[in-house]
Amino acid sequence: MPDTTFLDATELVLNMGPQHPSTHGVLRVILKLDGEKVIGTECVIGYLHRGVEKIAENRTYAMFVPYVDRMDYVAAVSNGLGYCLAVEKLLNVEATPRAQAVRIILTELNRIASHLIWLGTHALDIGAITPLFYTLREREEVLKIFEKYCGARLTTHAFRIGGLQYEIYEDFERDVNAFCDMFLPKVDEYEELLTNNRIWRRRLIGVGVLNADDCKQYGVTGPMLRAAGVKWDIRKAMPYSGYEKYDFEIPTAKNADTYDRYVVRMAEMRQSERIIRQAVAGIPEGPIMAKVPKVIKPPAGEAYVSIEAPKGELGYFVVSDGSTQPYRVRIRPPSFVNLQALDKMCRGALVADVVAIIGTIDIVLGEIDR
Amino acid sequence: MAEEQKPEAPAKPASHAPKPPPAAAVAPWVGELPESLKQQFGDSVLEASVSLGQNCVAVRPESVIPVLEFLRFDKDFDYLVDLTAADYPQRAERFDLVYILYSFARNERIRVKTRITADQQPESAVDVYLTANWLEREVFDMFGIRFTNHPDMKRILLPDEWQGHPLRKETSILAMDNQWVKENLAIESGQ
Repeated sequence: MPDTTFLDATELVLNMGPQHPSTHGVLRVILKLDGEKVIGTECVIGYLHRGVEKIAENRTYAMFVPYVDRMDYVAAVSNGLGYCLAVEKLLNVEATPRAQAVRIILTELNRIASHLIWLGTHALDIGAITPLFYTLREREEVLKIFEKYCGARLTTHAFRIGGLQYEIYEDFERDVNAFCDMFLPKVDEYEELLTNNRIWRRRLIGVGVLNADDCKQYGVTGPMLRAAGVKWDIRKAMPYSGYEKYDFEIPTAKNADTYDRYVVRMAEMRQSERIIRQAVAGIPEGPIMAKVPKVIKPPAGEAYVSIEAPKGELGYFVVSDGSTQPYRVRIRPPSFVNLQALDKMCRGALVADVVAIIGTIDIVLGEIDR
Repeated sequence: MAEEQKPEAPAKPASHAPKPPPAAAVAPWVGELPESLKQQFGDSVLEASVSLGQNCVAVRPESVIPVLEFLRFDKDFDYLVDLTAADYPQRAERFDLVYILYSFARNERIRVKTRITADQQPESAVDVYLTANWLEREVFDMFGIRFTNHPDMKRILLPDEWQGHPLRKETSILAMDNQWVKENLAIESGQ
């Protein structure tokens, strides 16, 4: 921000965070205000920096897998999938069909869980307390499936390089199907609470507009890009892990505002349910682990692999020097890149809108700060 | 793990000279895009290669921004996915700068790479892609590569008073830890 901020008497600098509950963790935003109107913002991040990329250089490929779960901790399964795919790319192996199907089921369940957290907290920020109780109730069912599958609820470490560690448990299909049966009516329930709610609409419609060109300029991906009308989803554009086998749509919207992002994410949860149903109906038989050497030593080279995480494009750029430890792991976190557009979206908005806009980006600070 | 292969053990453990590790196959990248890049920039394009199915162009550091501009405005690569670096201290040109671009229209991803020395200050890509702002700040924070013409060249993840740049290879986690314990707790860390 320019140094002149304090000189003009009508301008006010307000510090928000890092302990403010609506900043979803430890995001600190310095707001430059003209009365109630925002004329500039500056994000101060890094409070959760743990040096994940440095740690990667000091661990073997397999040892680093649990660390990635701790970045976007509400979508740990997606993080693990991206990293495993990147190392598999370097090794030039592909997970077995059975492993791929299970991976997709768990990843999509995780997308639902992540979107549920987003919906609950976003509504809470805006003043609707009720949805949080409902969304956490349904998320609990997802976490129970994770727990039964691998013993962990949040930082799951569900996947291994080359496939899966664990065979699915006996009632896995039944549990997943039961969740799907239960879940769709619940989405309708949330929509009943919010979609036509007058307060919700007036707080969201026209707030935090970021059109398609701006999204591309800022590298914004995920539901935010789709809410701006760009029909782009890596699961369709560059399918990985067998997503091309399933039938689903990419929900989009036109107005690129906070309300449309809500609409897109709600539709995405329904699409995830669709994918899960198809995947669980046809989990192929066979081994769950591809032929991967016990000591993982990918040939020297580099690869960039990205997946459609719940928050946008999650990329891993892994450089191998042929040893047992990665030479460099770069993680391209969607939240970090998307947050950069906050300033653009907040300019001209009201202070109360800033809370809505931070919520709509769907950030997780663990991933931003790494 | 049901089926496992034996790890790739070196064929002759007796020989003391370390065998160079196997490398992923790299093939020259042929096609319309590398051709037009070579036509436009001539010698500045050092190499166009494909490895593991991913396209990569190596260019001279001074022509990175013109190449990015060309790709962005003439070839529809309108999305800068990522901008990062890697450190190779044993090389004369110490850092690799890596720009990953994507084109929505072509559904294609490419990497633009360049090598710079430790004291070289590459030009910022913010004028071409706004995304580069924070990404370049992170590269500065982690590697100490200063970008010129950047609107706000300062640390982003680490505190402003932080010494050093952690992703440089000479920075060790253990040394950082020992130093911190010594300074803040006035004891030896014992690690």
